[in-house]
Amino acid sequence: MKVSILKIIIFSFVIFCLFVFWQGLKKNNNYDTKNLIGARISNFQFTEINNENKSISEKDLKNNKFTLINFFASWCAPCRTEHKYLLNLSNKKIKIIGINFKDKKKNANNFLNELGNPYHFVGKDSDGKASVLFGVYGIPETILINNNLNIIKKIIGPIDQNQYNEILDLIK
Amino acid sequence: MKIKKIILIIYFSFFVSLYAYENYSGASEIYKNLRCLICQGQSIADSNSDFAVTIKLVVQDLISEKKTNDEIYSFLISKYGEWIVYQPSFNKNNFLLWTLPYAVLVLGGFIIFFIFRKNKYNKVN
Repeated sequence: MKVSILKIIIFSFVIFCLFVFWQGLKKNNNYDTKNLIGARISNFQFTEINNENKSISEKDLKNNKFTLINFFASWCAPCRTEHKYLLNLSNKKIKIIGINFKDKKKNANNFLNELGNPYHFVGKDSDGKASVLFGVYGIPETILINNNLNIIKKIIGPIDQNQYNEILDLIK
Repeated sequence: MKIKKIILIIYFSFFVSLYAYENYSGASEIYKNLRCLICQGQSIADSNSDFAVTIKLVVQDLISEKKTNDEIYSFLISKYGEWIVYQPSFNKNNFLLWTLPYAVLVLGGFIIFFIFRKNKYNKVN
């Protein structure tokens, strides 16, 4: 009788382990930023790309109901594909801040001259360290924040039509 | 006099390199526990990707600001989520991950105890 109890325990344990592994296989192990929605950004300052004396910090963004912060670079091909959506958004009731990521000033200016400038302010992050404050890990990335500086939406990769519509819905 | 100078230089350079090594090893421990989010199964220490290089710079800055390891991990978790660290913190979602090995150890002990007792019982009879 004791042996049968032991067998039941071992069998139950094996079944339990298999269940845990099965559940583990179903889980998506890709990085996502769901947990960062609602997080507050703080202690940042970006210098204007063409004017060292001009900068933007968190207190400047508190005046905007919504701010879209777009991290871009001239060397980033997907940035070109999303640029038309940013140009469209620049006509809506939203401030767009562009952060030029690990780029050369000349190339960044050429990029904006060629495709148009949708940004109300273009900051620079030459070494990428300041972008870590926004949880940026690749280019392009776009973050929509409210006037409390809480992240409402984070877009990893280029903005597409669906994400463009989602942004419009959020800033209504 | 010349020998004294050489000894002094060696002595000084030894302490400089020791100091540099201590600082480096402190940072490298942190790099090993940070996941490179854009790499396949590599830590920040293993990778030379753009992301890894940036995180290394940020960690070095935080170390120079005298932040503790826990403060550095907390900062990066607040920016990238728990996924960035290899050693997750104890919470209700990973309760089993932390307790299961101990539970298995105790259960294994019981199983061995029962098997021994059963063998002893069989031998006696």
